[in-house]
Amino acid sequence: MQIYLPIAEVSVNAFLLLGLGGMVGILSGMFGVGGGFLMTPLLFFIGIPPAVAVATEANQIVASSFSGVLAHFRRKTVDLRMGTVLLIGGLTGAALGVVIFNYLKSLGQVDLLVTLCYVVFLGVVGGLMFIESLNALRKSKKGVSAPPKRRQRGWVHAMPFKMRFRTSGLYISVIPPALVGLFVGVLSAIMGVGGGFIMVPAMIYLLGMPTKVVVGTSLFQIIFVTAFTTMLHATTNFTVDVVLAVLLLVGGVIGAQIGTVIGARMPAEQLRVLLAALVLVVCGKLALDLLLEPSELYSLGTGGGH
Amino acid sequence: MLKRLLVALALCSSPALAVDEEVVLGLSQDRVAITANFDGSEILVFGAVKREAPIPSGPPLEVIVAVSGPSSPVTVRRKERKLGIWVNTDSVLVDEAPSFYAVATSAPLNEILSDTEDLRYSVSIERAIRSVGAAMNIRGAQEFADAVIRIREHESLYSIREDTVAVDEQTLFRTSIEMPADLTEGDYVARIFLTRGGQVVSQFETTIDVRKVGLERFLYNMSRQQPVWYGLMSLVIAIAAGWGASTAFRLLRE
Repeated sequence: MQIYLPIAEVSVNAFLLLGLGGMVGILSGMFGVGGGFLMTPLLFFIGIPPAVAVATEANQIVASSFSGVLAHFRRKTVDLRMGTVLLIGGLTGAALGVVIFNYLKSLGQVDLLVTLCYVVFLGVVGGLMFIESLNALRKSKKGVSAPPKRRQRGWVHAMPFKMRFRTSGLYISVIPPALVGLFVGVLSAIMGVGGGFIMVPAMIYLLGMPTKVVVGTSLFQIIFVTAFTTMLHATTNFTVDVVLAVLLLVGGVIGAQIGTVIGARMPAEQLRVLLAALVLVVCGKLALDLLLEPSELYSLGTGGGH
Repeated sequence: MLKRLLVALALCSSPALAVDEEVVLGLSQDRVAITANFDGSEILVFGAVKREAPIPSGPPLEVIVAVSGPSSPVTVRRKERKLGIWVNTDSVLVDEAPSFYAVATSAPLNEILSDTEDLRYSVSIERAIRSVGAAMNIRGAQEFADAVIRIREHESLYSIREDTVAVDEQTLFRTSIEMPADLTEGDYVARIFLTRGGQVVSQFETTIDVRKVGLERFLYNMSRQQPVWYGLMSLVIAIAAGWGASTAFRLLRE
């Protein structure tokens, strides 16, 4: 069944969109990532104009994260205080990101820089996670239950403005989480992602938060940052396609519920290996697009817009 | 300036347009409504040639039908390999390129329309795209215009279908123009040319109104006119659907 999208001005198969939404939704629920890093390139691939894909994806992430976060609230795995600190950084970062995005657009190189951002961040994060979680798996296979990691007493703990985060069992400065939030906010506005794939590892490895609360807390922050990004795009670029968003999220919310159930049943280490592998696959695909000679060297853009 | 004047003079005094033969046209539809499940449209173009005198002897009457969508400038970028990766380098602004362009003819186009007539009426796809201001410092500016045609032909937005206009007794003609699902809205112009021996003897122009209707129209207008409310509405719909599906799923499992 073909459906005409009013803002994107293209006609696509409705079931294809539902399927994509469902698939990405399952991953979103399993790993606590918004799935935007997967969905945005997929939308480019099926012919949605990039500007519409990025803006609409932000809107869709709000919905898929909302149903995910409800499930986590019920299981009391959301650190509200930590989430709020991350959020303050995130909103500032999103605003900053839109300024950077518009500057890149004026240079005419926004596509390249977005792709490069994807390759660099997905590559680094995926690689680190993959190695780390493989090591953890090997240890647990040897039968020696991994010794509880000693809290790092490095620079993260030497900073002022300390605050107690009860749900996470942490007593650390608010500066590192605020900076993490800020960084993720910038990426979310530039790359059209929720930023979970950066935030989840940062929370585990940098802040030392327990894996259990990481997913719920990152979803909590993502909801508000992506809602803010959606509003920025809707009011400045008019590129939010609500029909596209609804189709993606109908598949997405159901997928997210299934994913949350699967995620709760799977061991955390295996979950991390899977996520790392997925991140590396997307990274490899994007890197190949940059390295191999494209079949069409020319591309069209709307001209004379400024 | 002088050149322009000459062209203008030539146009005014052109004997080709002395109206001996006139087009009487019918369209199966003069408006295309883009609804939610719009997946393309086929427009039947048919007509007759009205003339006061008997059919002139000489080369037979040929018919060309050209339908074009609203034009807009297009930036064409070319990739080159820099430091091992493929990067957009040169770009050319093509001043005017129709969003849709379909030509149907009753015989191969170059046989029934001379180059000068093509230049005057901009009938072929190459002529319909204008890149007057193309930067001369970029090598092969023509390649950029060719790229627009190639890419849009690939998306079936541009097409030339020769020998698809049926002409009976040099008087009746009919053809159909297919419009793809990915249409931009606007006034589409349908032009019909009658030619003899490569010269245009008569032309006729009409518009086809392509518009979004219903929900599509409402959402599009709202996103442009009340962006803040549109954005908030999108968020509310998203959150409601997210919460609704989550609750429904949970109830289902219990």
